[in-house]
Amino acid sequence: MSQAPALVVLIALIGGAIRVSTPFMFVALGECLTEKSGRVNLGLEGTLVLGAMCAYATAYHTGSPWLGVLAAGAAGAVLGAMHGYICKLPRVNDIAIGIAMMSFGTGVAFFFGKPYIQPQAPRLGALPLGAWTGNPQLAASLEVSPLLLLGIAVAALMAWAFANTRWGLIVRMTGDSAPAAKAMGVSVDLVRFLTTTMGGFLAGIGGAFLSLYYPGSWNQGLSSGQGLMAVALVIFARWSPVRCVVAALLFGAAGAIGPSLQSVGVNQGYYFFNAAPYILTLFIMVLSAKSKRAAHDVPGELSITK
Amino acid sequence: MVNVPNPVALAPPVYGSVPGDLSVRIRRSAEYVAIPFFALAVSALLFSVFLLALGKSPLEFFQLVERGGFGTAFSLQNTLQRSAPLILTALAVAVPARIGLIMIGGEGALVLGGFAAAVLSIPMVGHLPPFPTLCLMATAAMVIGGGWVGIAGYLRHARGVNETISTLLLTYIGIAIMNFFVEGALRDLSNPNKPSTKPLGEAYMVGHIPGTDVHWGLAAGIVLAILLQILMSRTTFGFAVRVCGGNPRAALAQGLPVGKLIVLCAMISGACAGLAGFFEVAAIQGRANASLVAGYGFTGILVSFLARHNPVAIIPVALLFGGIVASGGLIERRMGLPDATVLVLQGLTFLVLLVSETLYGRFAIFRVTGTVERT
Repeated sequence: MSQAPALVVLIALIGGAIRVSTPFMFVALGECLTEKSGRVNLGLEGTLVLGAMCAYATAYHTGSPWLGVLAAGAAGAVLGAMHGYICKLPRVNDIAIGIAMMSFGTGVAFFFGKPYIQPQAPRLGALPLGAWTGNPQLAASLEVSPLLLLGIAVAALMAWAFANTRWGLIVRMTGDSAPAAKAMGVSVDLVRFLTTTMGGFLAGIGGAFLSLYYPGSWNQGLSSGQGLMAVALVIFARWSPVRCVVAALLFGAAGAIGPSLQSVGVNQGYYFFNAAPYILTLFIMVLSAKSKRAAHDVPGELSITK
Repeated sequence: MVNVPNPVALAPPVYGSVPGDLSVRIRRSAEYVAIPFFALAVSALLFSVFLLALGKSPLEFFQLVERGGFGTAFSLQNTLQRSAPLILTALAVAVPARIGLIMIGGEGALVLGGFAAAVLSIPMVGHLPPFPTLCLMATAAMVIGGGWVGIAGYLRHARGVNETISTLLLTYIGIAIMNFFVEGALRDLSNPNKPSTKPLGEAYMVGHIPGTDVHWGLAAGIVLAILLQILMSRTTFGFAVRVCGGNPRAALAQGLPVGKLIVLCAMISGACAGLAGFFEVAAIQGRANASLVAGYGFTGILVSFLARHNPVAIIPVALLFGGIVASGGLIERRMGLPDATVLVLQGLTFLVLLVSETLYGRFAIFRVTGTVERT
């Protein structure tokens, strides 16, 4: 290859950001919605994995990847609804429930997913947005999944709805002060139940991306912890859907450091670069934990930042 | 301002020794025994429904668990072998839970502790006699494990970083660190099959408890559980920890060193898990490699919650789950169920158990008149 290694790495990073950021984006948006209403769902990793499995199985049986995406969303919504329902019981801790949902979701996915490890399911197509560049490498990097665009659209919709609609106001109010919501005659439990269910739906779609687009198969090591990082992504994005998109792209790029360095022959430290998103997350949490701007944006009812 | 931890409602408030006759005390603790048992029964029932829906016999399943986990002398020893790390990783959850923190970094501390022990052994094997080598290895494992989880404790105190998420992240970072060295600088090149550190060698392995096939890790776990129980219920340190867990503001007002206690609890937690890693390396694997990531840290979370973070109660619960894990292979072969069956059962049990938290204080039979009611 005649190009400078730096350019190759840069293109690979951009391509990586575009390629792998979508699941980050969906789990972050789902978590953002849930947290806006004042509850934390730590179990999105299980949701993501179960969504991936359901999407793959449905696509395999029906032949339609889009039905798979829908099935993934539905599976995620079921897990979200479970979380939302259980958490409204008194003296039940939402963080602990999240850990349990994580192991439950992964367990169920692995249990039913066993027969689907071998067969090939139809995959989602890509939109070649880079065809105009004339550079095959760049064009390959700019191939975009329709789900990425969907994620960006959902983020824009959420941002608009939070700011401009009655429902958005109700969710924000529930998140900032449950007593105020109660005084207004809003059922706090119902709002949180619905946002957790919707959040699960979004996270499930993120899983569908994993099994139907990239890497594009189903196996037990499919998720590399994107669901775990959802909570941290939302903290990083300071509870703004638009910033969730930016954060997801950044994390996608961080996750692509290892493979892209490998493409120019740097094989050292592959595992370290693999852990880059985790290290980045921890770093961000340390930095943002006490910052005044974060304190301004955080929903007041959130157990995780108290 | 000193950051106060989130008063998590999970750690049971441990009442001081309020004068009262024995029946009152029994009735009070009966609730903590009855409800987890009830939760176990409900999850067994739900799991049976799950199996029935799949056309499998729940009876056969539980018989196989009984046989594969506890039925024969061989399976019982296998179970005991597997419960040793579970006791230690459950203790790693139980200690911070007492101060109101949910720390789930056991897996990472186990892996790094085991790795540290294996690394330390490289220059020592052949130069030092086995016993001091093993002692140093165990110390290294506990120090590294303790330091690793201690980071999360420090971040919780100093920066208010949520300890659950930070321990989870530290786990993944820890596993990456081990993989990095095991596949790179510290790889034993004479072993082409699986990237590992240099083997310890037969002479340097931890032996078995006389008369059994079970390594000393089980004894260490039981002794440590009893010691931690004494530490938590009979010492000033334990009392201070419980005060912080119950009401951090009150603890601060009393002048208790909340931050120091949090970091110490986190370090004890990591040291327990690190010790589990040491035994996995020095008694089972003989070297550090990816087999250390076996999920003991995560099952330990469930064990500790089921034992209501009571160190001594962890021992029987760990035996139960050790048996379930041990029977996984038999179930897979005999019933044609995937190996994830045990995962489903564990996840379900965990969920039902947490839901059962809502039952405390609802039954008149456990209520003791004249004492403070839980609200």
